[in-house]
Amino acid sequence: MTDTRTIQPGQPSLADRTRFVQAGGAIVGVHFLDDTAVFVLAEEAILRLPKDGEQSRTAIHAGAILASVGDGRRIVTGGDDSSVVVIDSQTHSVVATDARRRWIDHVALGPDGAIAWSAGKTASVRTGKGEVKAIDVPSTVGGLAFLPKGFRLAVAHYNGVSLWFPNAAAKPELLLWKGSHLEVTVSPDGKFLVTSMQEPTLHGWRLADARDMRMSGYAGRVRSMSWTAKGDLLATSGADQIILWPFTGKDGPMGKQPTMLSPYDKRLNVVQCHPEADVVAAGYADGMILLSRISDGAEILAHAPGGSAASALAFSPDGRLFAFGCEDGTGGVVTLG
Amino acid sequence: MSESAASEKIPVTVLTGYLGAGKTTLLNRILSEPHGKKYAVVVNEFGEIGIDNDLVVNSDEEIFEMNNGCICCTVRGDLIRIIEGLMRRKGKFDAIIVETTGLADPAPVAQTFFMDESVGAKARLDAVVTVVDAKWLKDRLKDAPEAKNQIAFADVILLNKTDLVTPEELIEIEARIRGINAYAKLHRTQRSQVPLSEVLGRNAFDLDRILDIEPAFLEEAGHNHHHDHDHHHHDHDHDHGHEHSHAHSGLKHYHDEDMQSVSLKETRPLDPDKFFPWVQELVANEGQNILRSKGILSFQDDPQRFVFQGVHMILDGDHQRPWKEGEPRESRIVFIGRQLPEAKIREGFAACVA
Repeated sequence: MTDTRTIQPGQPSLADRTRFVQAGGAIVGVHFLDDTAVFVLAEEAILRLPKDGEQSRTAIHAGAILASVGDGRRIVTGGDDSSVVVIDSQTHSVVATDARRRWIDHVALGPDGAIAWSAGKTASVRTGKGEVKAIDVPSTVGGLAFLPKGFRLAVAHYNGVSLWFPNAAAKPELLLWKGSHLEVTVSPDGKFLVTSMQEPTLHGWRLADARDMRMSGYAGRVRSMSWTAKGDLLATSGADQIILWPFTGKDGPMGKQPTMLSPYDKRLNVVQCHPEADVVAAGYADGMILLSRISDGAEILAHAPGGSAASALAFSPDGRLFAFGCEDGTGGVVTLG
Repeated sequence: MSESAASEKIPVTVLTGYLGAGKTTLLNRILSEPHGKKYAVVVNEFGEIGIDNDLVVNSDEEIFEMNNGCICCTVRGDLIRIIEGLMRRKGKFDAIIVETTGLADPAPVAQTFFMDESVGAKARLDAVVTVVDAKWLKDRLKDAPEAKNQIAFADVILLNKTDLVTPEELIEIEARIRGINAYAKLHRTQRSQVPLSEVLGRNAFDLDRILDIEPAFLEEAGHNHHHDHDHHHHDHDHDHGHEHSHAHSGLKHYHDEDMQSVSLKETRPLDPDKFFPWVQELVANEGQNILRSKGILSFQDDPQRFVFQGVHMILDGDHQRPWKEGEPRESRIVFIGRQLPEAKIREGFAACVA
């Protein structure tokens, strides 16, 4: 493998379609609210960059911002100031505060305006109507994800995942697998649940029968997972290329090889699939960001290597805009079409 | 690791000690004295520290086993989460102090820095500091295995509350500590009064600082003024195997039956192709019992000193620097652990001579 990729004249690049921003602090997340890119900083603030407007900075937390997610209409963040903040294109508001002053480590967005967050071992859900319910799991929550069907939350923790119906009195169903489970994601068809573990592996369950599946071979911990538009592949970080696991058929990736795209000599830190097209965005440890077509591996350079690590990627809901952020505060919004 | 990369990492001091030994007193001193530095503190309970510091974080001391087939490879899951969170506020503090509960085993804390890639990339373990209560230590050594672990694991030991015991008792207690860990820096203190530079910024896990692994009681013999200065830097290996204490230049030596330091020395150069397989097999088999290890090695036809240090089964080693002219090219290794098969270790090490 070559030691660095050199940018060839004529290589497809999106530099002339990029509007750059300097966020003034590490970017830890980026999300779109329609066509406004919202950069989430490591500390205190967000930076809104409307498609045709001026950037504006807003302080939303009193300390570190530990988690953020967006669904195109809302963004929810959690901070070490114990508060959960919901952001829309114009406003933001604190919707919950941990009574024991714990950090809000994880957040998730659910159906009908619902949000979820965790502080220590406690996972909480706030329905669209404002009703709050909470559950304690056996150890600190590693990650949260709503299931696509029904009002159900997956809560990852040490030795497994709890599947909780917040509106039911029943105890959560427990998916057991030894070890520390961190990020959790559910396939768009609701058939499979995947966690990234403390070790550089993924663990999956087929939800119909809780059958286990292991996906290993990574160089480092998998910190970023994203389902393709069709929902048939799970793109993952953690290697020095994009690893996509097939989730077609009833057995998912069991007994199958992953698709591998865009090999490089740097670690892949973050991945994000396009909402409609057969394209996955990949951000590497030296700041290089590629848009790779899954069918044939064709690549377009979205951000040149040589800077600090890529840390955040997002597509606008209509897929026409792409935003990225890096650890040194460099961000950009690319007009794709 | 280049020095600049190492120095950019946030140093982390682990503060251990049995309940009531004086950890909180020390912590309060670190946080309140005017030293111009700001510390983020990971504590196990809120409220014990009466200091307004927005960088005090509560921890749950969650110990996670790694799925790598190594039963002693445990990490502090909560610490991974907390350090990653604190790193979002990088620039707001100079160092991190992790206070453990009195019953905690320091190993999972230490191993977190070697087993978790992201923590290891951003933070480095500076030293394990153990505060012990001079009055109650003897009892704790009998009834609390954790207390012994904390002493064995320490880089720095504060023998605190020395005003509550007689000088004779103090010598006895110190000898008991030395019977477990002959290599830590030991300070006699009252109300945890010690210059903070003796506790913080020690670089005890930095390979560049593994300069001398002489048993510390040789160095201290001079300035503690409780016995005659002994100029003979000879091996103290002969202490092992004795089950009683005996006076030696005025300093009592104990052999702790459960936990001890085994030190090895070899003046002939070693064969790296023999040494590495041996030491790897040793820590693979005995890693559960070996708490800490350190070594300076002289290999055949190698102009550089090789140094290593380890926690249980995890070893970290590298060439350190060229041997200096006139410097005796010899190899020294220390293992601190529980019921170590000393004869077998000595025999295995002797077979590594080139």
